[in-house]
Amino acid sequence: MSGIAMPKPSQELLRNKAQIVKDLQRIISGEGVICEEIELRPYETDALTAYRQIPLAVVLPETVEQVSQILKYCYANEVKVVPRGAGTSLSGGALPLADSVLMSMMKFNQILDIDLPNRAVVVQPGVTNLGITHAVQHEGFYYAPDPSSQIACSIGGNIAENSGGVHSLKYGLTTNNVLGLEMVLMSGEVIRLGGKHLDAEGYDFLALLAGSEGLLGVVTEVTVRVLQKPETARAALIGFPSSEQAGQCVADIIGAGIIPGGMELMDKLAIDAAEDFVHAGYPLDVEALMIVELDGPEAEVDRLLQEVSSLATQNNSTYLRVSETEDERNTFWAGRKAAFPAVGRISPDYLCMDGTIPRKALPQVLKRMQVLGEKHGLRCANVFHAGDGNLHPLILYDANNPGELEAAEAFGADILRLCVEVGGVLTGEHGVGIEKRDLMPEMFSETDLKQQQRVKCAFDEKHLLNPGKVFPVLHRCAELGRMHVHKGQLPFPNIPRF
Amino acid sequence: MAQSFRPRDTAELVEVVKWAAAEQQPLEVIGNGSKRALGRPMQVANTLALDHLTGVVDYEPAELVLTARAGTPLAEIQALLQDNGQELAFEPMDYGPVLGEELGRATFGGTLSANVSGPRRIKAGAARDHVLGLEAVSGRGELFRAGGRVVKNVTGYDLARAFCASWGTLAVASTITVKVAPKATTEKTVCLFGLQGVEATGAMSAALGSSAEVSGAAHVPEKLAALQSGNWGGGRSATLLRLEGIEESIDYRVGILRRVLELAGTVEIMDAAASFSVWQSIRNLTVFPHNLGALWRVSVAPTAADDVIASLPEGCLVMQDWGGGLLWIADPDDQRDGTSLRAAIASAGGGHATLVKAPENVRNTIDVFHPQEPGLSLLTKRLKSQFDPHGILNPGRMYKGV
Ligand SMILES: Cc1cc2nc3c(=O)[nH]c(=O)nc-3n(C[C@H](O)[C@H](O)[C@H](O)COP(=O)(O)OP(=O)(O)OC[C@H]3O[C@@H](n4cnc5c(N)ncnc54)[C@H](O)[C@@H]3O)c2cc1C
Repeated sequence: MSGIAMPKPSQELLRNKAQIVKDLQRIISGEGVICEEIELRPYETDALTAYRQIPLAVVLPETVEQVSQILKYCYANEVKVVPRGAGTSLSGGALPLADSVLMSMMKFNQILDIDLPNRAVVVQPGVTNLGITHAVQHEGFYYAPDPSSQIACSIGGNIAENSGGVHSLKYGLTTNNVLGLEMVLMSGEVIRLGGKHLDAEGYDFLALLAGSEGLLGVVTEVTVRVLQKPETARAALIGFPSSEQAGQCVADIIGAGIIPGGMELMDKLAIDAAEDFVHAGYPLDVEALMIVELDGPEAEVDRLLQEVSSLATQNNSTYLRVSETEDERNTFWAGRKAAFPAVGRISPDYLCMDGTIPRKALPQVLKRMQVLGEKHGLRCANVFHAGDGNLHPLILYDANNPGELEAAEAFGADILRLCVEVGGVLTGEHGVGIEKRDLMPEMFSETDLKQQQRVKCAFDEKHLLNPGKVFPVLHRCAELGRMHVHKGQLPFPNIPRF
Repeated sequence: MAQSFRPRDTAELVEVVKWAAAEQQPLEVIGNGSKRALGRPMQVANTLALDHLTGVVDYEPAELVLTARAGTPLAEIQALLQDNGQELAFEPMDYGPVLGEELGRATFGGTLSANVSGPRRIKAGAARDHVLGLEAVSGRGELFRAGGRVVKNVTGYDLARAFCASWGTLAVASTITVKVAPKATTEKTVCLFGLQGVEATGAMSAALGSSAEVSGAAHVPEKLAALQSGNWGGGRSATLLRLEGIEESIDYRVGILRRVLELAGTVEIMDAAASFSVWQSIRNLTVFPHNLGALWRVSVAPTAADDVIASLPEGCLVMQDWGGGLLWIADPDDQRDGTSLRAAIASAGGGHATLVKAPENVRNTIDVFHPQEPGLSLLTKRLKSQFDPHGILNPGRMYKGV
């Protein structure tokens, strides 16, 4: 494991393990508490597998009351709690701590209410993202945010990470599609926000919970908005001789006032890996491949596809194919959707980065990433949500070669610094977790980070819920609350009064 | 001594709030003051007005992103976007007319801090859905930044979005970044006349549940429709469904709606000009008469609306937007405290009611914003004190003690 320091485990808690387990079993009987090392193993990591740690115990509550009781108990005894959904986080958000109780929410797997006249669905947090769509698709509805991990990841995890997908360009991220939720605070208190109506009253706590990475509350129920499927969707597969030309085409499409359902780019390495894996029929003689999907009524889709095609030609595209059937469209996507595992086949290990940049910086960033790759001696395949500037550089390395993980992490950090430098951000959809935690000061000042931590203090003043994630330095809430003021200072004499 | 400040730049803004924090001097924070009559009246001597903190800082049409200072007139931003074939997709409404002010006085920051959206909210999202980043001064007098200038960003807590709907009680924004959208080339409105109650909400639900991509769904009842000039179906109630986009797409989608609404009644079509003007009057509430008494704003699930409407006292006029879920209720009795309205909302499945317009004595004594459950209310207070420990920013405007 490389250089990310986690909070030091409390020796006292580790010694008291037997008692803690007994107390937890009083709240959840039977198989709901796991404490044997061999059974704890599956929970030692999420999808950021370079980091592993078994927790003190795992609990699998089934009722809100149990969640509340466990949290209350842990709050009283100062035991840390790490919430977990399906464990697909790519940033280490669900990584346990040695002295923590890991709370798996996967037994909360019921769909509670399907209310199509109000276009709302109420589910428990362990329901998978795709599970929601499956529950409503018989009536032509779907849940719009579609992370590539949607078969597996939970809606609770989606809220915690504010996950997005290929269609977020047009239909938004998780935060734009959630109407309400129920959560339990570290103190055990149950709070409900919003409902089936639009715009919850008072402060926008839903906005804070989306992307809170399990640090603010344990989500126990979610109300999402579902949409009617667009009538048609067609995709164009467009190849370019260079990434710069592809990047320019992306800018031109958006500049022409077209918001595609999805707009993705892959570079040569990713194209080759994907084609080799799923045989999607991708052209192998291009440097960059774009998939543009237009959705809506047929008449509109046809007309916009023509516009996209002519913009592609203007940008010297050398390959263009428009899907004629649903099967063909799905094949175009199959390669893109399998891009991560495809890259996994050509390299023993890879690290998936997730910075976002302003679209116009795309050509420049691609060029400089190549230079960075040479500096670190590693290859990098690029797959990205081009429409919203969200990059997924996949850094190829071999953990068995001494020093390569470190080199890959250093390469990744350089890429993210570059993203911030050109006006972008460290993470577009995978979250900060532990992975990008220590890079937070690249983007935020000490004051910015302290104000964010004060939000945490309003929810969990003892820092017991998922500590060690997101913030590089943990300040005690009492310290954050202090104010250093100089009395008697008169405001700027020159400020206009009225 | 009472002071009124008009900072011209961020440094001056920080200076004022620092002073107020050090002296524990509460500030009434306003943009242009266009929504001053909305909320609980405050007992605050000092005013901090942001109307000199103006200007678009950055706008790149091809990036679909705009950054402006908080006091910039919203109208200026809308005009700039219009010139570039773009717009704020959340279509902010204007409280001016109902609050006895002119149209077009709102500022950018005021619009976002009150999360003001319009009819297109059902399709494009609320104001908060379009906010990407922010620079603001907390009640501690500290300048902080949150979010960024790109659409996809999960780096740190989403303080920029959380600023929306805080009504100036958490922090004072100096600059805000939003995403903007290409403006639709044209629009048409599909109308059904004469529908009542569940027929109307049912028709709107069916339309919104179809693939017609309806971008506005409102119902104007008979009594209100009768007050309108122009072609409003001769005093019958009007159920209005707006379609925007390119011409051939709209025409095609009119066909979808005709099929979906086959059983609901005869469909008539408003052309672009008529559609535009109808939606302007819905958006800015000019469908209501001037002397409307008290005005309540209610958000419920669309199918709950009919029960809430049925519970209202005689004489109330209700317009439904957002597919039926947003109720604008004009009550000739402007002294009502909202208890029975809120009880009806709760028993219809939940939602909230805000008193938008009422005399000061009423707003002084009742809950203007929907009262919160005890746990949520405490969380609200804790969040407030983490941003503004001395309670100097718009104290009491939303809730007592917040
Ligand atoms: C192959 C692959 C592809 C992916 N593609 C995408 C993509 O396209 N877009 C995207 O955005 N992400 C993607 N991801 C990342 C990941 O799937 C998402 O972040 C997902 O939302 C995590 O959900 P989960 O249920 O697995 O949560 P976990 O990994 O279990 O947990 C993630 C975080 O959520 C917290 N959490 C989980 N449940 C709760 C709860 N009920 N209450 C409070 N906190 C909770 C945890 O503490 C942790 O911090 C991908 C991952 C993989 C492995």
